[in-house]
Amino acid sequence: MQNATLTQTETAVRGRSQWADARARFLKNKAAMVSLYLLAALVVFAIFGGQLSRYTIDEIDWQMLGMIADLGGPSMENGHYFGVDELGRDLYARTLLGLQISLMVGIIGAVVAAIFGTLYGAVSGYAGGQTDSIMMRTVDILTSVPLFFIIIMLLVVFGQSILMIFVGIGLTNWLGMARVVRGQTLSLKNKEFVEAARALGVPTLTIIRRHIVPNLIGVVVVYTSLLVPQMILLESTISFLGLGVQEPQTSLGLLISEGTSTMQYGTFWQLGYPLAFFMLVLFCFYYIGDGLRDALDPKDR
Amino acid sequence: MALPTLLILVIVTFVLMHAAPGGPFTSEKPLPPQVLANIEAKYGLNEPLYKQIFMYLQGIVTEFDFGPSYVYKDRTVNDIIAQGLPVTLTYGAWVIVLMLAVGVPLGMIAALKQNTWIDYLAVGFSILADLLPNFIMGPILILIFTLWLGWLPGGGWNGGQWEYMVMPVIALATSYMASITRLTRSSMLEVLRSNFIRTARAKGLPERTIILRHALKPALMPVISYLSPVFVYVITGSFIVDAIFSTGGLGTYFTNAAFNRDYAVMMGVTLLTGGLTILFNLFVDLLYSWIDPQIRY
Repeated sequence: MQNATLTQTETAVRGRSQWADARARFLKNKAAMVSLYLLAALVVFAIFGGQLSRYTIDEIDWQMLGMIADLGGPSMENGHYFGVDELGRDLYARTLLGLQISLMVGIIGAVVAAIFGTLYGAVSGYAGGQTDSIMMRTVDILTSVPLFFIIIMLLVVFGQSILMIFVGIGLTNWLGMARVVRGQTLSLKNKEFVEAARALGVPTLTIIRRHIVPNLIGVVVVYTSLLVPQMILLESTISFLGLGVQEPQTSLGLLISEGTSTMQYGTFWQLGYPLAFFMLVLFCFYYIGDGLRDALDPKDR
Repeated sequence: MALPTLLILVIVTFVLMHAAPGGPFTSEKPLPPQVLANIEAKYGLNEPLYKQIFMYLQGIVTEFDFGPSYVYKDRTVNDIIAQGLPVTLTYGAWVIVLMLAVGVPLGMIAALKQNTWIDYLAVGFSILADLLPNFIMGPILILIFTLWLGWLPGGGWNGGQWEYMVMPVIALATSYMASITRLTRSSMLEVLRSNFIRTARAKGLPERTIILRHALKPALMPVISYLSPVFVYVITGSFIVDAIFSTGGLGTYFTNAAFNRDYAVMMGVTLLTGGLTILFNLFVDLLYSWIDPQIRY
């Protein structure tokens, strides 16, 4: 009897870590959890959906040509689950590729921006003084440069490849991250627990590893997850203008653009399917990012 | 601050242009080397890079001359800007007006009636609008108002008649209108919880006076500083709008220039919009210090 009460108080006293807290908060957020499952389903679909496809992305169905508005609609019998586009290519296969590319651009672009921005911001914040002010002034100047133009110039000059889109998008979007991380590092550096660790003679590297980095991860994760939909939007905007991914490769932005230009002929499926997937992906990332922010950055609530 | 930014912009664009494999005159049909050399001499492309940058800057500063287009032999970059810029600025101004005219009141009402159906409606609208970026709003609007209802023309500019401007402006304004709504709502909520509002209430001031005379100004501060990104968005977004509605703004020319590798036009448009952005930021800063005299520059 006495034993039982003892164990009970022991478990009650054992505190929960910051991460367990955050996880609990995230799990309770319904919109974020639904989005997470939905996104997982989308990723699985993007990876394995190709197994179901009966056509490749650039295969032209000659029987459809000239009668696409009548025959080209979505149909289970002929294997064009989402219909065909104006050139008679299978829209299912193309939407799938667009989904893959958009997800890839979003995640890789955000991660590139996150790594670069974190390194820059952490160095700037930890170094402090003159170095910090020069590094931050550089960021200020770069922020007021219209980056969209620079990305397009990069694409025009170095060729419109997927790799160049990653580089361009990633390299031009690290500024916000650098600023956030720098601010966080600066305030952490002067916190009592870091001072205490320093007074106790803990080596600098250990301080960074054990006290600075774990406290930065929250901000970095939140900011990265909020960057993902922005990256997807940016890539789609560029592709919509026709300056991004090149045919026969495609992305959701390009598919939406093609769908837009043909909808006056009544081929609404050509706009509908890519649009639905696009909005679904944005919606998922948007709510996951929001949920992560609520979970990891409680002071904001 | 403004000058180094512009200088960096010039240098970056110039260096990028010159890093390109193949100049603006490389075509499928190679020109005889002598002709190529002549053309390059005409456009000053045979000079060393730093001299070209200097000449270009000199042209802009002394005569506001952005140089000739490399593709349209009979047109200068100035002509192109003179055609595109007024269009972009006209509907861009309406976009900003519409965003503020709808976003700010909606956010305020949502904050004042927090947790009522009006609040949920406003928040719901702002989330939905967030998922509808301009290149999706555009086609949807055309689908509804041109193809189904037949009320509005699906594209063109026609000297800026209002029928031609409605859809571009709405398409461009929606997503940032949503952000402004959310921003106003959250900052209004924060202000309403602060001490000086409590004091005003304790004094027995009518609610109307409290909101309009005390709460509105501080609640608008984040919205005003948000205007700088809004401006950048309107400029970039206008490219999409020009592509969807063929409004013939700067975006049309920039996109064409990007396809044709017309570097002179690309650079001119980039520098011009960069300069306009910087000017606008300056204006926002001034507005800021006018509203809040505590801020001094």
